[in-house]
Amino acid sequence: MIILDRICKAFGDKTVLNSFSAELRQGSRYCIMGASGGGKTTLLNIILGLQRADSGTVSGVPQNIAAVFQEDRLCEPYSAVANVLAVTGKTVAEQDIIALLGALGLQGSEHTPVKNLSGGMRRRVALARALLAKSELLILDEAFKGLDDSTRERVIAVLLEYSKGKTVILATHDLRDAEALSAEVLYI
Amino acid sequence: MNDRVKNRIFKACAVVLALVLWHILSLLVGSEILLVSPFDVAKRLFALLGEEIFLPTVCFTLSRIALGFLSGMLCGTVLALAAGRFKIIETLLWPYMLTVKSVPVASFVVLALIWLTSNQLSVFISFLMVLPIVYTNLLDGIKAVDKKMLEMAEVFKMPFLRRLRYIWLPSVKPFLLSGCRIALGLAWKSGVAAELIGYPEGSVGEVLYYSKLFLNTADLFAWTVVIVLLSVAFEKLVLFLLERLMKGVESL
Repeated sequence: MIILDRICKAFGDKTVLNSFSAELRQGSRYCIMGASGGGKTTLLNIILGLQRADSGTVSGVPQNIAAVFQEDRLCEPYSAVANVLAVTGKTVAEQDIIALLGALGLQGSEHTPVKNLSGGMRRRVALARALLAKSELLILDEAFKGLDDSTRERVIAVLLEYSKGKTVILATHDLRDAEALSAEVLYI
Repeated sequence: MNDRVKNRIFKACAVVLALVLWHILSLLVGSEILLVSPFDVAKRLFALLGEEIFLPTVCFTLSRIALGFLSGMLCGTVLALAAGRFKIIETLLWPYMLTVKSVPVASFVVLALIWLTSNQLSVFISFLMVLPIVYTNLLDGIKAVDKKMLEMAEVFKMPFLRRLRYIWLPSVKPFLLSGCRIALGLAWKSGVAAELIGYPEGSVGEVLYYSKLFLNTADLFAWTVVIVLLSVAFEKLVLFLLERLMKGVESL
């Protein structure tokens, strides 16, 4: 279980997290919701260990984490397949990567450098990378940003299939995401 | 005809035009000592190729400048990696790099002649000119690496070799190649200039020195053409090997 205990974080005069607490059960799905600039990304970064809370503690975070960041953070000159291989190494077969990319609607773009892909396609490459990386915790920061409704449905179906047994934390503005994922909603 | 071929034809035409202008100018000047014609230079160049001293002289200078360049590149790379990792090293190295970049090469040559034999002069001077360029460019490349990509690598626990291939290399590569291009040209210019001042026996610098002493302008131009050709060939070889090395790392 991941325990977030009275997490506080401020940037200058602006407090973004004010004594936020939650207990996240292994294998469950959670949606963090709140206004823009409300601290969702900051909270995810604190869980990921990329930022430090001003006060409060985070415990129980598993060793292996995968993430879709707010920005795609892809290796630009490399293809979608290479971007996945960059994190998985040879532990995942290339045909499995191609199968997942196909399921996410990226057939035909598997070997295209990601710098030549559209915003929505890049987002799905970032998601494929996170889904195939060895992890017990999946952190998704607005993972469906830039996707149209039908693609979003398709991507959520793939996410549900590939995230079985993992703890999923999704930061989103859209309540439909929480419903589609049957996730518990945590408001900031 | 594609643009590349067209561009090559235009460049060849520009070279021919420059040679014609050079020839006309040499006719107008009318003195071989002041300005030799391109035909005389070509004749002297072909004669040089058959001379006994040609190959040993070229090998003498080439080996020393190559050694200076490679040691400067190796040292610049190691120091840039250390400075990229530890800020204190960058700060400590700053005055040395600034000095080497700012002090005229002639001052170093005179100083080096006191410390070293003239045989080692071009190695040291090429090394000294290459070091700060490779160091500065590589350090800029290291600093330009996207911190968010490094965070991503940290989260996914990417091993070192994959970080090198997917994150560091794409960022550092253009800086390193551009630094090498500049350093290669400078290694030759400074190395030959050092030889000209120290005129070590059997070097290109020595033959240039005697060409000047005996007002043998055809020799001076012919050897200059040899230096330019050597410099271009060396640059192409080094950049080719560097690209191959990086491709090797990329395919790890």
